[in-house]
Amino acid sequence: MIKHLLISAAIVTASFATASAETVRWARAGDSITMDPHAQNEGPTHTLSHQIYDTLLHRDMAGAIIPSLATEWAALSDNPNVWRFTLRKGVVFHDGSDFTSEDVVFSLNRAMADGSEMKELLSSVKEVRAVDSHIVDVETNGANPLLINNLTNMFMMDKGWSEDNKVTTPHDVAKGETNFATMNTNGTGAFMLVSRAVDEKTILKANPNYWGKDIYPNQVTEIIYTPIQSSATRVAALLSGEVDIIQDVPVQDLGRVSASADLQLATAAQNRVIFFGLDTVNGPTANLKVRQAMNIAINRDSIKKIVMRGQSDPTGVIMPPFVNGWTEALNQHPQYDLNKAKALMKDAGYSNGFDIVLNCPNDRYVNDESICQAAVGMMAKIGITVTLDAKPKAQHFPIAKGGEADFYMLGWGVPTFDSHYIFNYLVHSQTNDRGSWNPTGYSNADVDAMIVSLESETDLTKRDDTIAKIWAAVQVAQMYLPIHNQVLNWGMRKDIMFDVQPEDTPLFQFLTFK
Amino acid sequence: MTFIILNRLFQAVLVLLFVALISFLIFRFVGNPVENLMGQEATLAQRAALEEALGLNDPIHIQYFDFLWKAVRFDFGNSYRGALPVAELIASRLPATLELALTSALFAVIFGVFMGIYTAINRGSVITNFILSSSLIGVSLPTFLIGILLIWLFSVELNWLPSFGRGEVVDLGWWKTGFLSESGLKSLVLPAITLGLYQMTLIMRLTRSEMLEVLRQDYIRLARALGLTNKAVYFFHALPNILIPVITIGGLQLGSVIAFAIITETVFQWPGVGLLFINAVYFVDIPVMSAYLLLVGFAFVLINLIVDLSYFFIDPRLRDSELKDEA
Repeated sequence: MIKHLLISAAIVTASFATASAETVRWARAGDSITMDPHAQNEGPTHTLSHQIYDTLLHRDMAGAIIPSLATEWAALSDNPNVWRFTLRKGVVFHDGSDFTSEDVVFSLNRAMADGSEMKELLSSVKEVRAVDSHIVDVETNGANPLLINNLTNMFMMDKGWSEDNKVTTPHDVAKGETNFATMNTNGTGAFMLVSRAVDEKTILKANPNYWGKDIYPNQVTEIIYTPIQSSATRVAALLSGEVDIIQDVPVQDLGRVSASADLQLATAAQNRVIFFGLDTVNGPTANLKVRQAMNIAINRDSIKKIVMRGQSDPTGVIMPPFVNGWTEALNQHPQYDLNKAKALMKDAGYSNGFDIVLNCPNDRYVNDESICQAAVGMMAKIGITVTLDAKPKAQHFPIAKGGEADFYMLGWGVPTFDSHYIFNYLVHSQTNDRGSWNPTGYSNADVDAMIVSLESETDLTKRDDTIAKIWAAVQVAQMYLPIHNQVLNWGMRKDIMFDVQPEDTPLFQFLTFK
Repeated sequence: MTFIILNRLFQAVLVLLFVALISFLIFRFVGNPVENLMGQEATLAQRAALEEALGLNDPIHIQYFDFLWKAVRFDFGNSYRGALPVAELIASRLPATLELALTSALFAVIFGVFMGIYTAINRGSVITNFILSSSLIGVSLPTFLIGILLIWLFSVELNWLPSFGRGEVVDLGWWKTGFLSESGLKSLVLPAITLGLYQMTLIMRLTRSEMLEVLRQDYIRLARALGLTNKAVYFFHALPNILIPVITIGGLQLGSVIAFAIITETVFQWPGVGLLFINAVYFVDIPVMSAYLLLVGFAFVLINLIVDLSYFFIDPRLRDSELKDEA
């Protein structure tokens, strides 16, 4: 796959060697929050950082891990606790200084410092050591087969530049700090920051000394990035030709974009699953039969058809298809069966139904509130009277997570592409350092032990078996009612060739023009 | 005069204290900023530690007085979103909002007053009826819908004007202006109309009814009997008498134009303080929200003061009574 991609990329590059300077005007709903690459762990912020900064390894436009600043990586054969990374030679930062192992040691330590929002992903790291100028060892507390999955958004900064500008740690919001790296950059990436006005316009130009010049097409010479919050305006800007590519195309406007003669729509499955959570300790939902009844009372196909206008993939498991552990069998969503659901309600002693509040966000997921409204109607058919409480995400998440909600909506993306990331936050019992997103009260000591064992199991077959066992337990307990995986839509000019990346992260060095 | 200004300034301080208090009471219902500040990987212990460090667990009156103590020294802290100093952020966004507000206020006053006079003088004409009935759109349609309609017509269908942003801005060092470039001026047209349409309609209807009222007065009849030209009657005898209510409403509306630019700025991605505020609300960026609300409160108080003082220059009776009081 990668080989194929590189070859086709090389051909494209060769045939477009004489292509003229191409500017791409790009818009999406939200702006990056900060240019400091370790200060926030958030989609739009990482996306902009990816154009300017590189990681040791990253995910290509299809979601597969490919080499970036590291060309090779492997755990040491005599010590599985140490990952060895061989760095790419001849890489320079935008200011001309060389990229060496001391920058990697510095950057990983910076990402683990107080104030970094990336430190959780590196919590297993004990020490980072430079072996020579282009070899780095990362030692973990116990073997960590997943370490590389956690490095795909871990950006590399220049040690010298950071020291000169006093940005050796990320700005710590709690201390009210601000720093030079918030608005200034020095990466090794395909593009260099020219100017930036927050929420207004960010201009990037191609890096003439980019190490990937001969690897990727690199046909874009300039990027003008403008966040446009209002979805109607964003679509209008694309239709009127003021921008060339937009992310976050609202589902109601998909038809308008694809109907335009000059535009096209690129669609792909997103790495984000949407589901409902249920309280398994108190109230009627503590009864497994009630949860089973609610699960088959949800008509996922009609949610897809009516609420999502076809833009979703109904699922039977709270796991997007990219994730290690995903199987077709798990993904099979339960048959909608009203009679069986009513019978289950009767068995549970709730033939007259009950009242419950559904907590729902209204500004987080695609059509989140409408999905909840649909669920209200579907639950009414089996006698459950649902009161919908839809709030902005800043208010919804504390309620959903704090254990106050009996019935709530949540979405989950899996940046590590491994089931452990779902288990650790959503399935493990809620403790101080695990299960922070599991307010359902579900707590199973055996499952907890299996989840922890995944972190150090280096025998991948055995590990996959454990993952399958945990999923089996989750599917039986049904504290979550899966709904669907979201679908990503990018609207763009017809002459642009660009695959939709499953993490919604366009990497512009891959973009080509027809 | 000095007494009135001092009195008003004292009232202003009270109003601002009150605004700050109300906003602090509201902030508790906006949500928890920690949600946005920490990635989804953060543990419960880390969240609790950050809440403590930000002082979110302090009683509301402690947070309030802490904010006031810093605010009197113009220290509004750093934004949670992006970590830039709030004072700097607002200062960098204010020119965009003020230019937009000024343009739409001028649009509203000029078109409002002239169309108001025209429709009062030419009662029952076809043009008057057209203006009056179409002006209902201005008062009845919500701002965001007008904005989207204008974008659809002038950007998507006709391709005349840009649908978003501020175009090229010229940096004067202390002020970034869109007035000095073609794309900046073009970008200003749709948002200014969207923002000013309601005010224009209001001013037009007010001018028209005041004008009709004044034209019935004896001194107008006398002026006509003296054989003065229509122009002299309308503009030198009638117009000054309708200005007081028009200025009062117009001035108050200027405050709302600044405050309600939020919606227009969101529709047109206009990089002003309104957009800053909306993003702050989504992010629960308490330092930015509280500073913005104080700013808007201050703008209202200041505009009211200016409106009050302007009466003295327009209405000779007020000047005279003031002199008598002092004498």
